[in-house]
Amino acid sequence: MNLDFERIMPSLPFILEGIPMTLQVVAAAALLGFVLGTILSLLKISRIKPLNWLADFYTSIFRGTPLVLQLMLIYFGSPQVFGVQIEAYTAAFLSFGLNSAAYISEIIRGGILAVDKGQQEAALALGVPYRSMMTNIILPQALKNILPALMNEFISLTKESAVVTVIGLSDIMRRSYIVGGETYKFFEPILFAGLIYYVMVMILTLIGKAIERRMRRSD
Amino acid sequence: MIKIDNLHKSFGKLEVLKGINTAIKDGEVVAIIGPSGSGKSTFLRCLNLLERPTMGQIWIGDSEVTDNKTNIMKVRENVGMVFQHFHLFPHKTVLGNLTYAPMKVKGLSKAEAESQGRELLKKVGLSDKENEYPNRLSGGQKQRVAIARALAMNPEVMLFDEPTSALDPEMVKEVLEVMKSLAHTGMTMAIVTHEMGFAREVADRVLFLDGGNLLENTAPEEFFTNPKSQRARDFLEKVL
Ligand SMILES: Nc1ncnc2c1ncn2[C@@H]1O[C@H](COP(=O)(O)OP(=O)(O)O)[C@@H](O)[C@H]1O
Ligand SMILES: [Mg+2]
Repeated sequence: MNLDFERIMPSLPFILEGIPMTLQVVAAAALLGFVLGTILSLLKISRIKPLNWLADFYTSIFRGTPLVLQLMLIYFGSPQVFGVQIEAYTAAFLSFGLNSAAYISEIIRGGILAVDKGQQEAALALGVPYRSMMTNIILPQALKNILPALMNEFISLTKESAVVTVIGLSDIMRRSYIVGGETYKFFEPILFAGLIYYVMVMILTLIGKAIERRMRRSD
Repeated sequence: MIKIDNLHKSFGKLEVLKGINTAIKDGEVVAIIGPSGSGKSTFLRCLNLLERPTMGQIWIGDSEVTDNKTNIMKVRENVGMVFQHFHLFPHKTVLGNLTYAPMKVKGLSKAEAESQGRELLKKVGLSDKENEYPNRLSGGQKQRVAIARALAMNPEVMLFDEPTSALDPEMVKEVLEVMKSLAHTGMTMAIVTHEMGFAREVADRVLFLDGGNLLENTAPEEFFTNPKSQRARDFLEKVL
């Protein structure tokens, strides 16, 4: 195997410049996914049946079709649906965020159901309203239990973000591909992109572990 | 004063309470005794509407809690509950457990809630534990914190559902002591318990439930020495 990083050396900064774009997409999508996922999970455990159906339907749509298809539908469909062509960045974080909300809602729902029923009763018996009970008592405990699963979701979001390359967003993946095209050497730049993703995922993993340690203080 | 009038509760087809009538006076301590599954917990949980009665009326003070127009949250502020399995908030410190509801529900400032919380911890003998998390406490300590947490809302009535049943034997006493001193302060208390000695010593009255019916409603001495119903005699024979 002969690797020739010399040829692509001048282009490495160009690939590295894709990191902020990838991070922006992932961060915005993670935030959207988390907020919407939390809301969906509350709908799923609601006693109002139509709300359950709505949230379940949402989840089934986003889990039942490929992510890359959702991305392309939102990007290429926007002129027909909204009357304007949305930016690639917007399409990317929207589709990833909406998609991961579906998965996150399932994770959080499971986490809420795993919290001892007695916690709810204790809060209610103290006269704590439903909303405060959820935000101050139930969700913090649920989040602690599901942190590893949530971290997994964010990690897979980071990696899957590479599919934005199909709508031409210049993230790490796309840039390495461009460098490949210019230098007629695909192996090295893509290998380099792989290294960047790997390092990002490792950092995320470490952050997750640190948060987990902090949250385990009460054990 | 709590007044319970023709209280019925069913879970689906299962009728758990079959028309309970009684009253609990201010400052009275009532022990609720009966075999497992007789409806003791359900009875208690109807009083603060953790369970909705299927029929009948309950008054606490002037408000009819079974009236749909009554604000349940207001009622619950006024009725403290202590559970068999404590149900402390594990992600909050001991003091955090005591200050959360007073701040959230009653709008006390942090400083007010904390000074009140410390006062209560002193009363239950756990001043040195205010910064601990519940998982670091023994069962008896947890239950004393749970009692203090309920008291932090300044309730007029305290409900106890088998507060010592989940404890190791050596920890039962410390919890009963706290309850006893609470009874001496004139708190109105309804206590589901299997601690017959405690019921006899501390309660003003015993309610004996069996199969969803209130079979005995009498002074402890009378209940323990001369129960009217055969069911109560059988029950006492087993537990004493
Ligand atoms: N939420 C519920 N749903 C269905 N059945 C219940 C529920 N709570 C209690 N029961 C039933 O009601 C009966 C009385 O229960 P409970 O009040 O807990 O009795 P006790 O506290 O005297 O042991 C039992 O048969 C129990 O299985
Ligand atoms: Mg019970």
